[in-house]
Amino acid sequence: MAQELKTTERQVPSKLDGNERTRSRPVFVPRADIYETEDNVVLLVDMPGVASDGVDITLEKRTLAIRGYTADQPHENYRQVYAEYASGDYERVFTLSEDIDRDGIEASQKNGVLRLVLPKAAPAKARKIQLKMA
Amino acid sequence: MLLSDFGRVGFDPFLEMRRMQQEMNQRLAGMTAATTPEFPPINLWAGEESVAVTAELPGLAPSDVDLTVRDNTLILKGERGSPTTGDEKSVWHRRERSYGTFSRTVQLPFRVDPEQVEARFANGLLEVELHRPEADRPKKIQIKG
Repeated sequence: MAQELKTTERQVPSKLDGNERTRSRPVFVPRADIYETEDNVVLLVDMPGVASDGVDITLEKRTLAIRGYTADQPHENYRQVYAEYASGDYERVFTLSEDIDRDGIEASQKNGVLRLVLPKAAPAKARKIQLKMA
Repeated sequence: MLLSDFGRVGFDPFLEMRRMQQEMNQRLAGMTAATTPEFPPINLWAGEESVAVTAELPGLAPSDVDLTVRDNTLILKGERGSPTTGDEKSVWHRRERSYGTFSRTVQLPFRVDPEQVEARFANGLLEVELHRPEADRPKKIQIKG
């Protein structure tokens, strides 16, 4: 767990499919909270600087990819003298274990935090088969 | 050959060393993760007669952050509430985001005018622009010939 946290710090994710990005900006793995309720799986992802139109979420089979693009913030007449964080894009991919109801997914981006609600698909109901008496 | 001989005796020094190395790595990894970086991370920008401080505060509303300026220090205070699942039956899979109260004191390169402070907050990014008071600015002195 501790090791996990360390790797989700400021670090570029491994090239997922051997491809390269065309934009030369740093890419970070955003920190995420995930919890599961009876009906939903909820993800909270910290992506400071990402507006709601900069979020890109794709779900393909069981692979959920979250990408956040930040807009460049020009600081005219200012030069950077001290830095603890760098601005860049965010990217993180999860593999879901539950079957998700794709049509019911809700996402909202507020104050730099993405909230993603993934409703679980209703389990296939067991059907009882009646035997016909001859 | 050598290894298999050791294996027969029941003691393989190389295997033992690898095991110890692994154990050591695990313990040390746990120690470094305990020292969490300061929250929120800040960047400092210098201008002509002003200075700008930017901070990453995801999940906070402008009303959750307390900003105070005194002489040449800027204090950033607030609390980041822990997310609640709102349901007792829910299970946490991951908790990586930090929460709780935070306070950071930033020392600025000069005294700032408390009346001339602009703070903006958008998408979890806080930007505070502080200006040097008119009286403190360096004055050019004319030399009489």
